[in-house]
This record gives sequence, C-alpha cells and structure tokens, in this order.
Amino acid sequence: MSGHQTDRPLLQVSNLCVEFRTRDGIARVLDEVSLELQPGQTLGIVGESGCGKSMTALSIMRLIPSPPGQITAGEVRLAGEDLLRFDEQRMRDIRGKDISMIFQEPMTSLNPVFTVGDQIAESLRLHEGLSDKEAAARAVKMLKAVGIPEPQARAREYPHQLSGGMRQRVMIAIALACGPKVIIADEPTTALDVTVQAQIFDLLRDLKERTSTAIILITHDMGAIAEMTDRVTVMYAGRVVEEGPVEAILDAPKHPYTQGLIACVPQLDPNPTAERPPLEEIPGVVPALTRLGKGCAFAPRCKYAFERCDQEAPRRVSVDADHRAACWLLEEGTSA
Amino acid sequence: MQILSMLARRLIYAAILVFAVLILNFLLIHLAPGDPAEVIAGEMGGATEEVMASIRKAYGLDRPLHEQLGVYLGKTLQGDFGQSFFYNASVTSLILDRIGPTLLLVTTALLFAIGMGTLLGVIASRNPRGIVSNVVTVLSIVGYSAPIFWTGIMLIILLAWVFPIFPISNMRDITLEGGTFRHILDVAHHLVLPAFTLGIVFLAQYSRLTRASMLEVLGSDYVRTARAKGVPERSVFGKHALRNAILPVVTIAGLQFGSIVSGAVLVETVFNWPGLGTLAFQSILARDYPTVLGILFFSSLIVIIMNIVTDFLYRVVDPRIRTSG
Repeated sequence: MSGHQTDRPLLQVSNLCVEFRTRDGIARVLDEVSLELQPGQTLGIVGESGCGKSMTALSIMRLIPSPPGQITAGEVRLAGEDLLRFDEQRMRDIRGKDISMIFQEPMTSLNPVFTVGDQIAESLRLHEGLSDKEAAARAVKMLKAVGIPEPQARAREYPHQLSGGMRQRVMIAIALACGPKVIIADEPTTALDVTVQAQIFDLLRDLKERTSTAIILITHDMGAIAEMTDRVTVMYAGRVVEEGPVEAILDAPKHPYTQGLIACVPQLDPNPTAERPPLEEIPGVVPALTRLGKGCAFAPRCKYAFERCDQEAPRRVSVDADHRAACWLLEEGTSA
Repeated sequence: MQILSMLARRLIYAAILVFAVLILNFLLIHLAPGDPAEVIAGEMGGATEEVMASIRKAYGLDRPLHEQLGVYLGKTLQGDFGQSFFYNASVTSLILDRIGPTLLLVTTALLFAIGMGTLLGVIASRNPRGIVSNVVTVLSIVGYSAPIFWTGIMLIILLAWVFPIFPISNMRDITLEGGTFRHILDVAHHLVLPAFTLGIVFLAQYSRLTRASMLEVLGSDYVRTARAKGVPERSVFGKHALRNAILPVVTIAGLQFGSIVSGAVLVETVFNWPGLGTLAFQSILARDYPTVLGILFFSSLIVIIMNIVTDFLYRVVDPRIRTSG
C-alpha cells in the first residue's frame, strides 16, 4: 500500500488534546501534541513518567479509558485519514492490523488462560480471516520469526511457562502478525534484564529492516534512543517541548529539559579510581496536570527560568530545518 | 500421569477425611447428653436396671469406648449404618432412596446460580454504574439476606397459589399416567420452585462476585492487549475477561457446596421434596439417631466428592494450576 513514496507522512498527529476528569478538576494530559512518522522511520518519544508518552500512544489507538478520559481536539491521520473520525468498527479493523502495540509489562500483558499460539492466531483470524488451522500454523511461523526456539512446542504453552524475554517476543509476534504499517512499542524493555533488553532491541531493529515497518518507540532510556531511533520527540507535562533528528537532539539539545535528560545519563567511567562526579539530576518532579499555570510547565524546575516563563507558554520555534523546541530562551536569542 | 498422581493424592486425603468424619460422628453420640440405652429403653417403654443392662449388652454399650469405636467403624465400612428406629428400615436403603432427589435439587440450583449469576455479573460489569448493575446489587442484597424458607413460602404463595403456575410441593404427581418423558417433564415442573429458591441465595453471591471480579480483570493489561489487537468488545468481555473472572467463582462455588447442601434441608422441608433434607428433618424430630448419623455421613461424603470435582474443574479453567503443580 505504501509502495509509492510521497511527502505525506505515514502517521501524523496534530494538536492532539486529551483531558481527564479527576476529583481535582480537569487534567489536560495531552496539550496540543503533534508528531510525524514517515514510512520505515523510527520515532522515539522520551520524557519522565507521567509526561504523556503512553497516553499519546493510547490516544493514537483510541484506547484511552473513557470515561474519565476524552480526546477533545486534534487529528490522528494514518495515510491521510483521520482515525478520530472513524466509527468503532472501523477503528477495530485498524487496531492490530495497521497499527499494533507492544506494551511495557510482558508479564501481565498476555492473557494467562490462553496459549501463546492462540493469542497470536487470534489477530490473524480477526484481521486476515484465516481459519483456525491456518492461523495456528502462521502463529508458529511468527514465533519462529521472533527467535523463539522450538516454536511448535512453545505455541502450545501458556504465558506463565515462558520467561520475561520470551513473553516480550510473543508480544512482538502478536504485534507483527498482520504486517502492520506502524508498531507502537511502549517501553518494551523496561521490565526486562539488561541483557534481554539488548536482545529485544536487536530483534526490533532486525524486524524493522526486514519488514520496513515504522516504529514509535516510547522510552525513558536515552541509550535506546541513540541506538534505535531516527527522530526524537521530547515530552514534558503533556506537551512536546522539543523534536528533531536524533543526532541533533543528543548532540545539541535546545530545551533545558532535554539537556537535563541527557545529562542524567550516567557515564561508564573507564577509570574507577578517579573521583566520581555526583550524578546529575533534574530537581523537582513533574507538576500535577490539574495545576498547570499559564506559563511554561517546566519553568519551576528550570535553572534558566526568567519572568516571561511563568507568564506565557512558549511556542515551538524552528532551530534548524527540522529541529524545533519550545523555550523562551530560543526566542530571546540567549540560547542555553 | 500427573493428573493420576494428583487424583491418587486427593483420594487418600478424602479417605482420611471420611475416616475423621466417622470418628467425629461416633464421638458425637457419646458427647451428647443422655445414654443411648435409655433412648432405646424409652422407645420400649420400660426401664428397670436389668432391662438396661441387657440392652447395653445387646448393643455392646458395656464394652470400652475404643472397642465400640472399632465395631462402629467396621460396620460402617461395610456399608451398615444400622436400623432406623422410626422407619423400621436399614439406614443405608433409606438414604439411597433419598439421595437422588437431593442431588437433583442441589445440582440444578447450583447450575442455575452459577449460570445466571455469572451472566448478571457480566452484564453489570459492562456498565458498573448503570441500571442493570444497580438492580443486580439490590437483588443480591435482598436474595442474600432473605431467609431461604421465607423466600420459599413467598414463592409458593405467589406462583403456586395466587398464580397456580407451579405445583405447591412434592417431586412428582403420583396420579400422572403416561410415558417416561411425561414423568421427566413432571419432575422438572416440580423442580422449578425449590431449585429457584435454593439457587437464588447463591445466585446473589455469584453475581456480586462475578461483577467485582470482571471489573478487576477488565482493568488488566491483557484486556488492554486484546483491545489493541482489535478484538470486538463482545469477545473482550465474553472471552478474554470472563475466562479469568470466572476463576474465583469456581473456587467459591466449590467451597459453598457444603452450605448449599444444608440449605437443601430447609428448601426440601418447605417444598416437601423427598430428599435427604426432609429425611433429616423428620429423623431429628423423631430422635432417630442412626438415620441422622447416616445422613451426616452421606452429606459429608457428597461435599468431599464435590470438592475433588471442583479441584479438577479448576485445573480445566486455570492452566497455571494445570501445568505447574
């Protein structure tokens, strides 16, 4: 379908707003979030817990729990069509077929009472109209494709019989089963051992090369960003604060928050006898989304904050051709 | 292989339990105030010391307790529960006559309670603040707190007297002629009210339990995964969520089999259902000790068997138990 290359992005989210009704009032968990994903590209979304990364993913899939959540404005265009205008039936056809998700917790994201083979086959039966037998055979192939040894036997096992890494491979097999255009991986390795993390990333990269699926990788691991992604979107308190090519973001971050995130990554010191510098941190915590003022949400934690930051939210401005950030420092011309 | 070793283990436990029940039954007689010989003598009308002594000797009551226990165990293990004073028949044959209707009543009530309760619970969980959910909650409280005999009598008045849709009591119409099929229909017709009365208490609990369990499961990660796969909502509820939400219901249903059997005593009495319950009620009134003890033993046997059945059912519905232990 995406054979002919156009300038139109595969997935384009523009000015997406999501609000949650809470006891403390309305929380705007996503505030005019925009992002673009080109075919075959990997986009990283980074930020601290609670910054709206997962909420962005769930909103694209239209899976935010409602009530209390609601998409109040914006567009989510897949190959030009606005998913937010689709009825539920059409949206179900998109989920798992055109866009699929890999979740953070492989331990709890698989249904404990069905075999892993069944859980892969279910997507195939739903979206490809395969018979039980065909779907079961394809499920075994998928298990093999994600590097699970003895796929025939494994397909008949239940999630609790597999290790965490294996389960995440099964999740990836489910996500890939129907050949999606976009895979959203929501912290796919956070719950896994470091060695297994590397394997999962290798697998994702390998699959991406073979299938040219576009990936949105949600993570707070800057190492994964550096290794996996082409472009990066940095989020804070439900807003996009910076976006650009991965090199630009890592080498020349413009927003103080992005700079802080990168500074927080501990360095492996080749000389352990030398005095170790204290670990960097960003002081403070993500503010409550019901209590955001009219200024920049990061201002209370920002060491460069000045008067204007508290009064007015900064717009996103271009720093480079395709590198944008939302910070008053950039407009005042005194880059941090 | 694994399933056989588990069955063997469960049967050994069950045998130990049955043994314990027998000993407890036996001790109950001796803990109870009064002398069994006096009861027997009372039945006969005279009670001189000589008569008492001869009764004690005839029934082995003059021997030490452990010898009596040995005799008792030996006889029961051969299926001999003694003679009923009241019915003048062997306790074993009395019970075997009555156990069928009780099993029919209890099983029907339980299946109705589980089936309807689960269905109502699932419907309630689809919209936890909706009308159906509130109705289920209120009905559950009413169904659970209304005494079972009261519910039974009210249902008789409403559905057998004011609107004579169902028969008032008994299990079959003895004047009925015709083939087997008509007799089955007749029993089914008589079964409706007692099974409903007995079932409603448990239905109330299962619907509440299913609702709570569904609400918990619906918030789980794997339900989100199912939705992300594009699974239709009906299947999200009926397949992905329910298969998990049903697990606590199975557990509770198994544990409650004992209380459903004791509930059957009341329901059978109200509806004059010819089961173990009416037999127990009548033998208690008649102080027919051998029959009462026999019923105690058989009802505990039913509960023990049902617990084993539940364990196996649990293995069927939960693969984590099937494959890990």
